[in-house]
Amino acid sequence: MMGNGFRITFWLFLSPVLLWLFLLIVIPHIDLLLLSFRGESDMGDPIWTLQNYKNFFIEPIYWYTFLRTALYAMITTFCTFILALPVSFYIVKLARPRTRGFLTVLLLLPFWVSELVRVYGWMILLRESGVFNYFMLKMGIIDQPIEMLYNDITMIMGLVYTSMLFMVVPLISVMESLDDSLIEAAHDLEASRFDILRTIIIPHCKPGITSGSIVVFMLALGNYLTPNLMGGKNSLWFTEQIYNQFIASFNWNQGAAFGFLLLVLSSVIIWVGLKVTRQNLGEVAS
Amino acid sequence: MKKVTLLAAACCFFMATAVQAETLKILTWKGYAPRVLIEKFEKDTGIKVEATFSNNEEMIAKLRATRGAGFDLAQPSQDRISSVQEKFKIYQAVDYSRIDTKLFIPSMLDAVKSNTKVGDNSYAVPFCWGTSGLIVNSDKAAKADDWNALMDPEFKGRISYRLKRPTLIAVGFALGYDPFALYSDAVGYKEMLDKVAEALINTKPLVKNYWANGDGLLESMRSSEVFVAMAWDSGGWKLHDENKAIDFKAPKKGALGWIDTFAIPSKAKNVDAAYKWINFIMAPENAAYFTTQEKVPTASQGANAFVSAEVRANFERSFPQETIDNIKWYPPVPAKLEVMEGKILDKIKAAK
Repeated sequence: MMGNGFRITFWLFLSPVLLWLFLLIVIPHIDLLLLSFRGESDMGDPIWTLQNYKNFFIEPIYWYTFLRTALYAMITTFCTFILALPVSFYIVKLARPRTRGFLTVLLLLPFWVSELVRVYGWMILLRESGVFNYFMLKMGIIDQPIEMLYNDITMIMGLVYTSMLFMVVPLISVMESLDDSLIEAAHDLEASRFDILRTIIIPHCKPGITSGSIVVFMLALGNYLTPNLMGGKNSLWFTEQIYNQFIASFNWNQGAAFGFLLLVLSSVIIWVGLKVTRQNLGEVAS
Repeated sequence: MKKVTLLAAACCFFMATAVQAETLKILTWKGYAPRVLIEKFEKDTGIKVEATFSNNEEMIAKLRATRGAGFDLAQPSQDRISSVQEKFKIYQAVDYSRIDTKLFIPSMLDAVKSNTKVGDNSYAVPFCWGTSGLIVNSDKAAKADDWNALMDPEFKGRISYRLKRPTLIAVGFALGYDPFALYSDAVGYKEMLDKVAEALINTKPLVKNYWANGDGLLESMRSSEVFVAMAWDSGGWKLHDENKAIDFKAPKKGALGWIDTFAIPSKAKNVDAAYKWINFIMAPENAAYFTTQEKVPTASQGANAFVSAEVRANFERSFPQETIDNIKWYPPVPAKLEVMEGKILDKIKAAK
């Protein structure tokens, strides 16, 4: 009897999640998958075809854009990691317990505002007639305003900013289990700071680094707003390519194919990344 | 992409639940349904108006996603209706007997009727019109008077335009082609597009940015970050009100003329209200209010008398008779061109 009642409640509580997954994610994706294999024959009749996928490999703009997007997403992930490691180390090991909570909230704070507003905030700061230029002119550091927007560096900075938190949080959680005495012992044995970082901290944080990297990489790869608004005229991001196919060219079939290519190729990149660093997804998730 | 599908699904949900009170859902451009007029309409008819702001491409994509459901009235440009209708059937034929034709300038009504004809039916009535041309800061770039200015090294870093099909057409004109004559000749049009792409890629270093948001462009012009831009006339006139040096200029080769329309989506729930809104907003004093507010002339017969003097002055300054005669009106776009143009736009954006 007990078991039966438990089972009913189990399904009752699980059903919203399943409905959500199935109705809003699985079904639309199946529809998109079907769309991506549809096309038109020369006579304009609808047919099944692989042409949409072929286009990606034949047309250099498309795979070039994907490579560029993937490369920039990796750079973003790396920069985020470099910035997040000392931040999380400080929060976990150096800050006093009371300030620790405060610092974490401080990191969270920007995420109470939508991404769009944050990006516009950056644009107000960085534009040619913007805040930074105004003060630098006033202080005589420069005598001509500089355009700081619309280049790749600004774009990557924006991406790093939007994804910082998703690296810091997993790093904090793994660092909490790092025993301080290991670091102290290494110090006593006259290990250099770099050696401590390389042989103690990073190996210990590996699962956190991996899960953080996966999240940041996927977020950067799938971002649309930041590259579009901050990157400006040179920033063709792969998501924009998908948007253009759907909206500007009315070519939903091609857009759907790009969507699935993004899904598959990014999964492959992550799989390769895990293989190269000799990890598996199960370890990372636990 | 997942986000988009989710959002679309969520929207469907909300639409399905929100059908109690009588509402009119309009899919339109920003500014096309001024709040004052909405309130007046709500008071007159008791019908609640919900306006969603969009642009041509997104309007078509939205209606295509729902197969013409979710909105009672849409306002696409007249050249983007017939090919879309032929392919996706997202609109229903307009019943011209339910429209007060006296309210419209006859030549415009006829032009839109014939341009949106598919089979035996027409699918739109005109609402307003305007042109794309140059907005120029004449303190800094006095000599910019034609499309070539968008590729002039003299204005390096001070040029801005949208990376959308009107720009391709404008540059086509600048290079000496007649893009509209090439509409029916896919091979010739492709050739022109390749030349346009080459020109735009070569001059890419001169461009400040590709603007995507009208207010954003106005801000860049205001702060003198941009001297020459391709944009709509109404934007230029708005800036002229604040700074006399900035104004709209019709390019010598001819401004590009568009007409935005009313079209009724095929699965509109409240068709009656849609017709009521059309007849309401086209009444001379209402249309004039819109024109005064947004600086966009309408197809309303006799509205001119109610338009404020400043707005009329703008128009007369920028459009002497010979400039009006030189406007290049968009003919209906054949379906195949959009895919070609999409590729070219991607190529330009991806180029270094």
